Amino acid sequence: MASVKTTTLPGGIINRPGSTIDYKTGTWRVKRPVVNLDKCIGCLICWIYCPEPAIIKRDDGKIDFDYDYCKGCGICSLECPTKAIRIVEE
Amino acid sequence: MSTSEAIAYAVKQANVDVIAAYPITPQTIIVERLSEYVHNGELDAEYIAVESEHSAMSACVAASLTGARVFTSTASQGLALMHEVLYLASSLRCPIVMAIANRALSAPINIHCDHSDMMGSRDAGWVQIFAENGQQAYDRIFQAFKLAEDEDILLPVGVNIDGFFLSHAVEGIATISDSEAATFLPPRKAKYYLDYSMPMTFGAFALPDWYFEIKHQVVEAMDRVPKKLAEIEETYYKMTGRKYDHVGVYKTEDAEVCLVCAGSSAATAKFAITRLREKGIKAGLLSIRLFRPFPVESILLHVKDVKALIVMDRAMSPGAPSAPIAQDIKATLYDAGLNIPVANFVYGLGGRDISAAEFESIIMKIVESLKAGRPIEKGVMYWGLRA
Ligand code: SF4
Ligand code: SF4
Repeated sequence: MASVKTTTLPGGIINRPGSTIDYKTGTWRVKRPVVNLDKCIGCLICWIYCPEPAIIKRDDGKIDFDYDYCKGCGICSLECPTKAIRIVEE
Repeated sequence: MSTSEAIAYAVKQANVDVIAAYPITPQTIIVERLSEYVHNGELDAEYIAVESEHSAMSACVAASLTGARVFTSTASQGLALMHEVLYLASSLRCPIVMAIANRALSAPINIHCDHSDMMGSRDAGWVQIFAENGQQAYDRIFQAFKLAEDEDILLPVGVNIDGFFLSHAVEGIATISDSEAATFLPPRKAKYYLDYSMPMTFGAFALPDWYFEIKHQVVEAMDRVPKKLAEIEETYYKMTGRKYDHVGVYKTEDAEVCLVCAGSSAATAKFAITRLREKGIKAGLLSIRLFRPFPVESILLHVKDVKALIVMDRAMSPGAPSAPIAQDIKATLYDAGLNIPVANFVYGLGGRDISAAEFESIIMKIVESLKAGRPIEKGVMYWGLRA
């Protein structure tokens, strides 16, 4: 019986706090949100509803996405009051 | 003392930190004695009296993750109720030791011995050891902790004793001294454990990208058990002169027919084989003492030249082509390229006794078939069942 060496700790223990940041949920995405900055009023409703830390607030008050963590759920697009976010194919 | 008392005494000498248990016949005496030890101050441990076996195993897992040495005991419906948590114990690599006083599963409700309880959990990732008598059970408790807590293993271990036949049988037990116990089994030193000062995550969610690898760790650890247990037994042997190996072997050297069984029946079968040998029948015995991992190498050392194997299972697997031990024996033979006929009997369910005379008839039945050139019956035969 050949044994495969795994690189995880026994039982999948994670011995470093805060390591979730290494887990890029962006790999789950099949569609991505795109913002139309002309329509964006900077209300940050999308920021409140986004289940991931994937909405980034820009210096001008409008928003951008962190595609490393955006999993493409589309909630931001649904909640945006000005319909500034479109969901497009990857 | 009884096997149950011997186990409780060994657990006390192993100086466990936490016991979480729920009483169930026929293991109750084990946890009763342990609660007395804790109550009397003879054992400095947390005794958690829980409301069910599911809670017992859950508490054991949590306690084990803090780095504690943990023991529990159960049987039958209790083990079945623990079922889902057994997988957590192995996959979270908790070195819990549990005595299982093997008992039939309902219905009909029955309190007596068979191996159906453990067989129902055989794929849970626990090391499973069968004791044939009280002495083995006592000695195996120390070995079980040492094996379980080894950094290369980190798996929970079940020490199985036949309900009533062993749990309530009284025999003279050779014990080790407390100082020998402490030398053989120093306090557990866990590498990773729950501690506020160094936060870690145990039991994190694992998606398809990692789940398989983390589960496979249990297989890797299992693969290391036979060698590690042999080393542990060697140390124990030096201290006590007692050693049991992965299989119990009796008169197999020139055997033409070899009987395979597990638990207390081994002694009865041995008696039958001694009598048959006096009549010139070349029969031998292999007793499965380590059941998980299945001792493939040890078995192959003894069966290569036999003409037939008789596998006695004290559990059934309805609808399966063989009962549990026979399934593993057949896979062992097949992988080794051995086409040895296997006669598989299910016997003794719900505590039905089997006598030495019955073992003799079983062996003679197969010996006569071989002599007459008749093929060995395939599938599962049910020994002692009313026609
Ligand atoms: S698609 Fe979902 S995850 Fe991505 S930014 Fe919008 S709400 Fe957040
Ligand atoms: S919800 Fe729409 S308008 Fe408000 S900040 Fe987000 S994208 Fe801009």
